[in-house]
Amino acid sequence: MPADFNWAIGGEAGDGIDSTGKIFAQALSRAGRHVFTSKDFASRIRGGYTAYKVRTSVDPVQSVVDRLDVLIALTQRTIDENLDELHEGSVIIYDGERTTMQDVEIPEGMIGLDVPLKSLAEEAGGAIMRNVVALGAACEVSNFPIENLDSALEKRFGSKGQKLVDNNKEAARKGRDYVAENYDHDYDYDLETTDNDYVLLNGDEAIGMGALAAGCRFYAGYPITPATNVMEYLTGRIERYGGHVVQAEDELAAINLALGAARAGARSMTATSGPGIDLMTETFGLVATSETPLVIVDVMRSGPSTGMPTKQEQGDLNQLLYGGHGEVPRFVVAPTTVSECFWKTVEAFNLAEKYQLPVYVAADLALAVTEQTFPPEAFDMERVEIDRGLVVDGDSIGEWQNEKGQFKPHALTEDGISPRAFPGVDGGAHMSTGLEHDELGRRTEDTDMRVEQVDKRNRKVQTAQEREDWDYREFGNSESGNLVISWGSNEGAMVEAMEYLDEEGVDVRFISVPYIFPRPDLSEEINDADQVIVVECNNTGQFADLLERDALRRVKRVNKYDGVRFKADELASQIEKTLRQEEVTA
Amino acid sequence: MSSQVRFTDFKSDKQPTWCPGCGDFGTMNGMMKALAETGNDPDNTFVVAGIGCSGKIGTYMHSYALHGVHGRALPVGAGVKMARPDLEVMVAGGDGDGYSIGAGHFVHAVRRNVDMTYVVMDNRIYGLTKGQASPTSREDFQTSTTPEGPKQPPVNPMALALAAGATFIAQSFSSDALRHQEIVQQAIEHDGFGFVNVFSPCVTFNDVDTYDYFRDSLVDLADTDHDPTDFDAAKEKILDASKEYMGVIYQDEESVSYEQQHGLTENMAEIPDGAPEDAMDLVREFY
Ligand SMILES: Cc1ncc(C[n+]2csc(CCOP(=O)(O)OP(=O)(O)O)c2C)c(N)n1
Ligand code: SF4
Ligand SMILES: [Mg+2]
Repeated sequence: MPADFNWAIGGEAGDGIDSTGKIFAQALSRAGRHVFTSKDFASRIRGGYTAYKVRTSVDPVQSVVDRLDVLIALTQRTIDENLDELHEGSVIIYDGERTTMQDVEIPEGMIGLDVPLKSLAEEAGGAIMRNVVALGAACEVSNFPIENLDSALEKRFGSKGQKLVDNNKEAARKGRDYVAENYDHDYDYDLETTDNDYVLLNGDEAIGMGALAAGCRFYAGYPITPATNVMEYLTGRIERYGGHVVQAEDELAAINLALGAARAGARSMTATSGPGIDLMTETFGLVATSETPLVIVDVMRSGPSTGMPTKQEQGDLNQLLYGGHGEVPRFVVAPTTVSECFWKTVEAFNLAEKYQLPVYVAADLALAVTEQTFPPEAFDMERVEIDRGLVVDGDSIGEWQNEKGQFKPHALTEDGISPRAFPGVDGGAHMSTGLEHDELGRRTEDTDMRVEQVDKRNRKVQTAQEREDWDYREFGNSESGNLVISWGSNEGAMVEAMEYLDEEGVDVRFISVPYIFPRPDLSEEINDADQVIVVECNNTGQFADLLERDALRRVKRVNKYDGVRFKADELASQIEKTLRQEEVTA
Repeated sequence: MSSQVRFTDFKSDKQPTWCPGCGDFGTMNGMMKALAETGNDPDNTFVVAGIGCSGKIGTYMHSYALHGVHGRALPVGAGVKMARPDLEVMVAGGDGDGYSIGAGHFVHAVRRNVDMTYVVMDNRIYGLTKGQASPTSREDFQTSTTPEGPKQPPVNPMALALAAGATFIAQSFSSDALRHQEIVQQAIEHDGFGFVNVFSPCVTFNDVDTYDYFRDSLVDLADTDHDPTDFDAAKEKILDASKEYMGVIYQDEESVSYEQQHGLTENMAEIPDGAPEDAMDLVREFY
């Protein structure tokens, strides 16, 4: 069998697809296998269809591919939707007793396993367990010991009582036994287990966990796909640390609530997606000019307007970089993997407080909904560092008061960084405002002070550029003349695409960039390369535009904006094709 | 600081640029006196101001303060209070700020019942932008943008608040210094969202809702047998379009603030200098 195994369950929304898929992914993870999942929400044909896909291997997997080995199809449409990915020898498990599945057509060369999922589930204690019967059947087909499933069922149903757990285990066994007793095919799959210890989580959860690790105590948000999961993760957990989550009346309120908590001294965060970023942009300028540390997560989805709410895109980059009237610095970081969602969130809090400005975390749908396995050490909490920047207390406040004893929240300093005094500090009472202000935070239209405050805010960027590592992640052959650059979630697909390219004898140097602003200076790398390709999930190539400006050189672009993330095999062939294209000239 | 706090400690050294005679002077004075009288000092007080002539109050008062974005002062105040229940939080803004661009937040701030005070400096006009109709302007009030009047009824902020589940509704008048201070003081002391609509006449752009008008027409509930804890009596007064009332119109004495409901007691500014001790448990949850 190939090194990786690709499995999916699909049906109508409401069929319990997600939770069943998650159980299988969990079982694989607990069996010491690597897992990378993806979700198909809406249809290429019409709405309602949903699927949960699992790619697994004993080696790390970090992308999806165009291949499906075992498919649990609760509807005929699930088969139709996945025809491109099914291949000769693919196994399709379905319930021929289901009225809609009686005339099911199994494409030629594939193995159809008709399993009475519902009847077997009823025998085990209830029709609701039919998906679990199918999981049992899948275990048999893929030679995956069913005991591994037990542990995932315990995790899923344990809180609802042992009886339910036992019934589910029984349902799974009925599925397994039915296939073993009624079919005699040679399946080409063997899901071996290992002793490795993995955790399984998605990008939204990693962002939420990063926030907790970083000491975030306040979160305000308004539900929106695909960011809601961040709020749901924090709810029920942040309280353990004395924090709080507020569901606001809209994103205007959400960012202002978060801003209030930040002014009060809390590490504070909000998360949203494109339409919410539009609303938050109103208050963004106030956050930036009042020099308030705030982490704003944008889990990007396809735009503009309501766009394709459950589809992938990296189209908000310009909005994050330039959104809001006037000119004021903000930072933008873009995690490149699910585990980096954790680390970049931790870092965002430190950057926000050290440089006293809003930090956007630009994640995207592909990261947010992907469940991926990692060794727990990937989230080693000992490595979490907290730097609150320049904060003064009752003892040190004197250094930052004027001759009248007034505190200077926007003191003009060499590095641009002013002190913060949290409310309650004696002698620290001060205001700030979205109006241009003097060192005391009070309105001014004095031409010199205006220029000094603008320059001071910009000096924070220079300071950050000097003090921080704006590293990139590099893969492949660093000597290669073919340079591929991407940002955000494309890293996994590109890393795997390199294996395909390698087989074709194409060798590349791949740079994955997690910092959009400030960002690493890649002009040398770009100018030294023979060919440069920038890969991103948007139409115009917003990151490519930035790099062209930095390096003063035209680059080639591979853009995807159909709402689906890059797949490794597909990306490899696009890279190959693009490398063969004529050089672009200015 | 201690009990020595005087109300002038809440005054900044910035001279107000309000027009001479503007109602906002009296409104601010009463707020400062009420804050001092309730045992607060500038270092434990957080004032959030909206945008408008009224919003300048953040500059003229001395305390921790944020002068926000037009219409969004209430959520800022709520965020401050949730993160720091130990602080005294006061939000102030205009009638346009609170009932027009910020109307959505007003309704939800009332519902949320965070323990803070909201002072609306209601001059029934847009002062800062030089005299356009506001949501509380009269139906026939002629302005540059409404030459024949807005031709729509003014909002009744107290009715909005009552419908949204308010626990404290009051109205005061900036030039009745004593009563105004008393009323704001009661709002501060209220366990929940203390809402005070203050008539603060704009002497420059509003020649209808003037000092004389309010002096002549306001009925002080303190001079009547009104019982603010009686919801039906409050409803009647609030919906009575024939009179303008001053005083505490409604107070729910059983009010439980948002922070109490949610058990918010911690100072959220205080965090450890690394990940929480048990943070690896968060990771193991994903096993
Ligand atoms: C988003 C936005 N729109 C418009 C304005 C302009 N503006 C400033 S104050 C104001 C209205 C002020 O009226 P009110 O809230 O009643 O305050 P007053 O000046 O009467 O005290 C307007 C429309 C603004 N600052 N921001
Ligand atoms: S314009 Fe009106 S509201 Fe503004 S300061 Fe003058 S009197 Fe006061
Ligand atoms: Mg007004």
